[in-house]
Amino acid sequence: MELLAFGKTGWGDELFYATLMTIAVSITAMLVGFFFALIFTPLKLSKYKTLNLVGNFYTTVIRGVPELLVIYLFFFGGSGAIMYVASIFGYYEYIEINAFVTGSMAIGIISGAYSTEVFRGAIQSIDKGQFEAAKVLGINKFGQFYKIILPQMLRLAIPNLSNVWQITLKDTSLISVTGLVEIMRQSYIAAGSTRDPLFFYSFAAVLYLLLTYVSMKLINKLEIRYSRGH
Amino acid sequence: MDFDLMITSFPKLLVATVVTLKLLSASLFFGLFLGLFFAILRLNKNIFINKFAYGYSYIFRGTPLLVQIFIIYFGLGQIEYLRTTFLWVILKEPYWCAIIAFTLNTGAYTSEILRSAFQTIKPGIIEAGKSLGISNKIIFYKIQIPIAIRQSLPAYGNEIILMMKGTSLASTVTLMDLTGVAKYIISTTFKPIEVFIVAGGIYLFMTFIIHNVIKYLEKKYSFQ
Repeated sequence: MELLAFGKTGWGDELFYATLMTIAVSITAMLVGFFFALIFTPLKLSKYKTLNLVGNFYTTVIRGVPELLVIYLFFFGGSGAIMYVASIFGYYEYIEINAFVTGSMAIGIISGAYSTEVFRGAIQSIDKGQFEAAKVLGINKFGQFYKIILPQMLRLAIPNLSNVWQITLKDTSLISVTGLVEIMRQSYIAAGSTRDPLFFYSFAAVLYLLLTYVSMKLINKLEIRYSRGH
Repeated sequence: MDFDLMITSFPKLLVATVVTLKLLSASLFFGLFLGLFFAILRLNKNIFINKFAYGYSYIFRGTPLLVQIFIIYFGLGQIEYLRTTFLWVILKEPYWCAIIAFTLNTGAYTSEILRSAFQTIKPGIIEAGKSLGISNKIIFYKIQIPIAIRQSLPAYGNEIILMMKGTSLASTVTLMDLTGVAKYIISTTFKPIEVFIVAGGIYLFMTFIIHNVIKYLEKKYSFQ
């Protein structure tokens, strides 16, 4: 137990901050994912074949390639890509991107592919009459989507989004390979310096279980809130 | 774009794909039995057996695969007693540690898939079997299991693809699988995009094959 003490003698405070980091990366990645989903869902549902192709390419590639490979691409290729863009604007200094940004972008793009599929499914299961009614009432396309379809879609999407959240939360453990100090990385450091890997990795597992358990409870509440009247 | 690198790294990555496929097939094979075993335990009416099986699947589905591999590979070696038993022959090899972790992980997901498949079997089918005088054991093996397998094919197909992606974590315990070799080439040449295209292409190709095989099986064993 003294291994988990707060302060200089134990790893309690380090692991606590690492847990906060995991939560921060997960939430950022989830939001980045929503951003991608909001771009690619309309593409997948578009009536134009080329746009469909672009949308399908994104979800197929991301869901068919291991998360770790995507993370390595961002980790090794991220600053190169940014520097290339910067060189076009006449900036030639070395740019290093922070591990937090690389990690949340990589996990965000992965989580975005799953969110896109969830949104697509949810929109497709909305009653056609809703689209027609909105049209008949003369609401413009923007209003149709944001005021009529989106709120209804969210209710249908929440159960599946909770799965995406769980996947995203667990995927953040992979960012530890880039050196970002989240639960997994901190346990690795602690295990290395105390030579007690069994304890620290088991404790990491408990932390992840706790996170998944608590977030499940919160999402269930959200689900009840959004299905009022149904 | 460095096409020469793409061409020269392709055979190296193909060799590494064999490792990935070995890991995948071994863990799916053992995982299927483990999953079936725990699915049957989940259907047991005894509350302790039931809770035990639920606990297993909850823990393995609620924690990242990376933690599971690390506990098995780095953690178990710490137990002095284990080092003296014959199990140590297996546990000191990263290859077998990875397979054990993947098996336990896919077993948990498979048990959930099979359990829900068992529960969706219409009671009428089992009753029909009973009224024909077929013994409970035969009903289970010859009627319930085949139907459950058919029911769970689409979900199991997804699980195979997820597991294929999961095997990439073997590279974190020093195994040179497809991702491991890709990472090695990237870190020596600093050309991540080229290597990503080749390695990602191989993974996508495997996903494509698995997807179509499952689709074919679904059609072949459909009830219509």
